[in-house]
Amino acid sequence: MTLELKNVVKRVGAETHIHETSLRLAETGFNVLLGATGAGKTTLIKLMAGLEQPTSGQILFNGEDVTGMSPQRRNVSLVHQFFINYPNMTVFENIASPLRVARVSAAEIRRRVGETADLLKLTPMLGRRPSELSGGQQQRTALARAIVKDSGLVLLDEPLANLDYKLREELRDQLPQLFADRGAVVVYATSEPSEALLLGGHTATMSKGRITQFGETPVAYRQPRNLETAEVFSDPPINAAPVAKRDGRIHLDEGVDWSATGAIAGAPDGDYTVGVRPHFVTPHGGEGAVRLKGRVLVTELSGSESVAHFDMGGRTWVAQSHGVHPYQVGAGHDFFIDTSGCLYFGADGALVAA
Amino acid sequence: MKTENQKAWFLVLPVIALVAFNALVPLMTVVNYSVQETFGNNIFLWSGVRWFEEILASERFHAALTRQLIFTATILAIEIPLGVAIALAMPRKGPWVPVCLVLMALPLLIPWNVVGSMWNIFALPDIGLLGKGINALGIDYNYTQQPVAAWFTVILMDVWHWTSLVVLLAYAGLISIPDAYYQAARIDGARPWAVFRHIQLPKMKKVLTIAVLLRFMDSFMIYTEPSVLTGGGPGNSTTFLSIDLVKIALGQFDLGPAAAMSLIYFLITLLVSWVFYTLMTKDEAE
Amino acid sequence: MAEIGLKALRHSYLPDPSAEEDWALRRIDLDWSDGGAYALLGPSGCGKTTLLNIISGLVTPTEGQVLFDGRDVTALAPDQRNIAQVFQFPVIYDTMTVYNNLAFPLRNRGVDEGRVDARVREIAEMLELSDMLDQRAANLSADGKQKISMGRGLVREDVNVIMFDEPLTVIDPHLKWKLRSKLKELHQRVKVTMIYVTHDQTEALTFADQVVVMQEGDVVQIGTPVDLFERPAHTFVGHFIGSPGMNVLPCEVRDGGAFVNGIHVPVAEGIGQTADAKTLEVGVRPEFVRFAESGIPARVVKVADTGRHRIVEAEAGGARVHLLAPVDAAIPEGEAHLAFDPERTRVYADGWLAEASGR
Repeated sequence: MTLELKNVVKRVGAETHIHETSLRLAETGFNVLLGATGAGKTTLIKLMAGLEQPTSGQILFNGEDVTGMSPQRRNVSLVHQFFINYPNMTVFENIASPLRVARVSAAEIRRRVGETADLLKLTPMLGRRPSELSGGQQQRTALARAIVKDSGLVLLDEPLANLDYKLREELRDQLPQLFADRGAVVVYATSEPSEALLLGGHTATMSKGRITQFGETPVAYRQPRNLETAEVFSDPPINAAPVAKRDGRIHLDEGVDWSATGAIAGAPDGDYTVGVRPHFVTPHGGEGAVRLKGRVLVTELSGSESVAHFDMGGRTWVAQSHGVHPYQVGAGHDFFIDTSGCLYFGADGALVAA
Repeated sequence: MKTENQKAWFLVLPVIALVAFNALVPLMTVVNYSVQETFGNNIFLWSGVRWFEEILASERFHAALTRQLIFTATILAIEIPLGVAIALAMPRKGPWVPVCLVLMALPLLIPWNVVGSMWNIFALPDIGLLGKGINALGIDYNYTQQPVAAWFTVILMDVWHWTSLVVLLAYAGLISIPDAYYQAARIDGARPWAVFRHIQLPKMKKVLTIAVLLRFMDSFMIYTEPSVLTGGGPGNSTTFLSIDLVKIALGQFDLGPAAAMSLIYFLITLLVSWVFYTLMTKDEAE
Repeated sequence: MAEIGLKALRHSYLPDPSAEEDWALRRIDLDWSDGGAYALLGPSGCGKTTLLNIISGLVTPTEGQVLFDGRDVTALAPDQRNIAQVFQFPVIYDTMTVYNNLAFPLRNRGVDEGRVDARVREIAEMLELSDMLDQRAANLSADGKQKISMGRGLVREDVNVIMFDEPLTVIDPHLKWKLRSKLKELHQRVKVTMIYVTHDQTEALTFADQVVVMQEGDVVQIGTPVDLFERPAHTFVGHFIGSPGMNVLPCEVRDGGAFVNGIHVPVAEGIGQTADAKTLEVGVRPEFVRFAESGIPARVVKVADTGRHRIVEAEAGGARVHLLAPVDAAIPEGEAHLAFDPERTRVYADGWLAEASGR
């Protein structure tokens, strides 16, 4: 199955929500829409679902033009960020609801609901109502409804955003398996780069109503076509700073330079923007690492990683390292760039060397 | 290429047809009557705006309009604060909630003419509980004879009948306020009046706007209950606009003036509703 | 500002609690020093919000005492405790300007207008709200509104403690870290005791000097972020903090050593009393597991790329083991062996760390 957007544009009044977009999605793996809030992910999902109509352009499903067709007739499932279930129905009835609409026989409904509930570990809760469930169980019920329907197109709009992060970890782990071999095109919108990476498949990075890149997830991450894509696909934010290439060396700042090796070696001398993901900037330097003398501004600790925002020469840098590293805010601290992870962009923002 | 789907218009067609039949056609009939003179037998003579001038200049209309405005202002002044007060006093949780809600909804479930008949008997000075009770207190009360007593009864009946609506709307507004607001107010050291003024009232504003509008329109067009209760009397003391209108149209069969009056009546209702709405939603636009 | 003490605190929402699971809080004893930054961390339903509401006075505990500077405040109402609280959803007074919102708690307490003005402007400046003082508060974005909620707590000079109940829930992801660091900065400037309730490890560990990890109404560990990462006192802490969480594998203890699937696993610290424990497990974080020539036999089932490293999921004798591998490292296919860093591997008895000295 395929879903194809052809020159789709969405304008509301004078504002353009989606600039001309063409995209072809297949059923192999997840198709992740990655972008910050307001990048246009939800609008694109609504266009795919038929909840909104494009101002111009076409939407094709399996080659058939479905532009203007109502969502009811499109064989599509949508799971929303908020846990949307019928509050007055039991979990069983909730999961069965799309089958009842499709007039499936009672025995068949029992079989399919049972199967899906097993898959999502909802079997013990089938007799309960949504209000008696935890957030994770409510969202699993919503997912079960999408799965049981056997639609050709499954749209997941930040389905894990409102869950505790441990639950999020667990469900994210299961999601790709749940939808594997179902023969459906699965679209998953998220604002978290790590989620895109862990789900695998293909990723379309979005920014300001445009798709900046679409391709296999690791490729989009490691070979971003331009700085904009790299910015969308980095959390904490990617460090970007102007550099100059001269005499086979890259000059970042007074006394901070390194030898241009790898792909950048072949590029002509001149001005570039270097993009360094935060995990290539660490408090411990290895062999050949470039030293940055910074002053720590802000620190953040996740359970197993430490992030420091530091100032160097009036520019804020972000460093990310493994383990819990208690920095002294306001104090000077040395950080090191692993230059093997540097991306170089030209004046127009396009990738020159990775 | 413009691919916007125009088919949606077909879906709206039935509604347009319905609205046309429901509102436009009768309204145009009224307009038709209001600018002509008729003596029956389908003979119509063009009369221009004569009926309008006549109605606008008539003392009878002025008197009815004044009565109407006083009545509406009075019941709004009583029902809105009373409704809010009752809503505030109602429990927000627990087993008494459904009981209170059902009790509140009861008056709304009674047909209007039954309300009129009920109060008609209830307030009779010789056999009605209310009428007898008031007289027993040493107050001379007879709503069929005294204009003041008639007004008192009509207003009391309306308050009894319709305050519930305000209560239910205000209550719906109140229970939608999250607990955190009350908790924050307690922590901020706010007194009960400040809680009402800065939390409850602002959060009830939307529903109260609806309550005021509904009560205004309904009371401004009130007919059935006073018509059953007092028939507009004693004298003309409780002859409100719609009662007067019916008298002119069906009592005297002056169709032209009656049509002109209904149009004026309609425009006044529309205008005042619009003024209310604009005033009450003014800050939101800011 | 005050020291906060919780003495033998228990709470149940039921009128007649009997069974262990009737208690929302099982037994809490805590002492918090003046001016500290604390976090209550746990999954939803662990009792952290109940505990917060008990400290603020919105909930009266079934048993036990709340002490502010040694004074028993258990029976006092929230407005008599001089505390401030910021809720999950911003609470603002819609009809007032930003200025009046901030001034509200002071005016309610009869502070004179000159002082009110000075405080409001000072706090507005700290929160970067100075330009918006004359705007209607209702017109601000969610993060602006949440800043006002914080400001109403900070504006009072007499507050004993400011409490935050998941204050970043409604904030846009890309603004979260800004507010997170703003809060930390504010704490360093005003030095008021602050308690932050969250289910998000990053928020808790970033904000607090001391984190209280809760599970099912119990405190399972109190410690610095480093403690929680390096030396979890309970398998729950190991699982809940860190992503992916700590690996927990069933083991047996004999001759003073730990054995997983019959293979000896060297562990840090001596193994304490484990004789009457119902379950025995070893815990080791994915960071400290690696592939080796010999060790516990395992089979790789899944590899996920996070960009920075790869998370490998292996199956060892029916148990799942996660380990982190560099992006460019070779991952053995099929049969492999796992080795644990002995300094970072510990034995847990019935979930609790089995230290040599006993718990």
